[in-house]
Amino acid sequence: MKIADKKALKRESIIQVSLQLFSSHGFHRTTIPDIAKKLGMSVGNLYNYFSSKDVLAKEIIKYTSEVLGDEIRAVNMLEISSKDKIEKIVTIYFTMAKEKPEMIEYFLRVYLSHREVFKDGCEGMTCVSGFITEIMIFFDDGVSSGELRNQDFFSAFGLFMGYLGGMVFLKGEEILPHSLDDYIEDISRNIYAALKSE
Amino acid sequence: MKKPKLLWLQSITCNGNTHSFLNHPELFSILSHFELLYHPVLETAHSLEDLNAKRLTCDILILEGSFKKNGVKKLGIEVLDVVEYYAKEAKHIITAGTCATFGGMFKTYDPENISGFCYDEEEQTSRYEMYASKLISLPGCPIHPKWLSYVLMMLVYDKKIPLDTMHRPQELYNITVHTGCSRNEYFEWKVDTKGFGLKEGCLFYEQGCQGPYTRGSCNKILWNDVSSKTIVGTPCFGCTEPTFPKTALFSTKTNMGIPAKMPLGVPRRAYLTATGIAKSFKIKRFEERIITYED
Repeated sequence: MKIADKKALKRESIIQVSLQLFSSHGFHRTTIPDIAKKLGMSVGNLYNYFSSKDVLAKEIIKYTSEVLGDEIRAVNMLEISSKDKIEKIVTIYFTMAKEKPEMIEYFLRVYLSHREVFKDGCEGMTCVSGFITEIMIFFDDGVSSGELRNQDFFSAFGLFMGYLGGMVFLKGEEILPHSLDDYIEDISRNIYAALKSE
Repeated sequence: MKKPKLLWLQSITCNGNTHSFLNHPELFSILSHFELLYHPVLETAHSLEDLNAKRLTCDILILEGSFKKNGVKKLGIEVLDVVEYYAKEAKHIITAGTCATFGGMFKTYDPENISGFCYDEEEQTSRYEMYASKLISLPGCPIHPKWLSYVLMMLVYDKKIPLDTMHRPQELYNITVHTGCSRNEYFEWKVDTKGFGLKEGCLFYEQGCQGPYTRGSCNKILWNDVSSKTIVGTPCFGCTEPTFPKTALFSTKTNMGIPAKMPLGVPRRAYLTATGIAKSFKIKRFEERIITYED
């Protein structure tokens, strides 16, 4: 394996381990030595990859956004109705929340809760564009085909993603009586009902 | 050097391209390189009767206006019949304006029967095969006088004019109206204009500007040598395009805030990624007036 490939793999493993630690222990309570220890590498070497905890935090949000964006991109490429796409996106989101909870937790509990860390370097949509772009394409396709109602982007975006984020948050707080899977059908139907053309 | 014989014929037209060409600051210098057989408004050696008699030969034929198979007559003779006669004679055919090129404004009156000479919007007409080898398309409503003089002078000096697939000179149409627009910084940072006529802001996001996906050199070869629609604060109407004219020219069609039409050749995913990032920053200079006047 080439040195560059090895470095890329190492970089990704740092991101994944820090993602877990930040999501489970909290951003401020997790230190660079904690991350290095879990990876079995020296603190000094970890700094070769990421110059600070804040830089690492920003790279993680870009990483999670890309992972989620790639999944939604695959849905966008399908020749199916917006209604079916909604169900697929909801399923992707909830599956990720179940199988890789740290991804969604990180977004909700680190990215949205520690704006001071992200304000320089992750302004606006800068670090989440991988995900936002795909949602935009989903909306654009839906409106172009006449299936979805033309409306303000953020009205639609808030309804869709706020809803999903809220459900995962409730699940994280152990308030939901059922598993997330049990909500996919109803939630998809609700989202479609709110977004479809009149 | 023998002067090429130039013939300017009109079909269904508003005279817009004729008038535009009259604004050329070097009009008579340019025309001095040609033997002008006939022109709709300039004094020429021959009359419309002479033309209709089909007694003349020409080297360069300029066509203005859109075409209808039957029923458009001048002095009782079908215009298309005369036009086709000289089109066969000519070494070069220039369709001057969007009407002659694609059908344009007059096509909307009778979309089934009215078209450009070799194109019906983007489709080739039955005439295309016969004339393609000598066709030069100059769409625009109207054309800029210097677009025409560029072509004419290139022909006079027997220079090759690189053309695109629709026979448009690449020099003039392989860029967009967006190229050279004085508002490009606002486009880059996604700052919309606050109203028509203002110097500040881009017209693409809300005001209907078609510059980023319209082929043309309006912001490279300025109108009256000084300005352009977009510079003065009016959106580009896309008048050089086969699809011209469109409706709702002063508003941008969007799908949930996303422009329905992307800049020419730019993939939607690339555009949305770039704009999402640009929009995330507020650049103070672009929020301010360029000139502040004291009361």
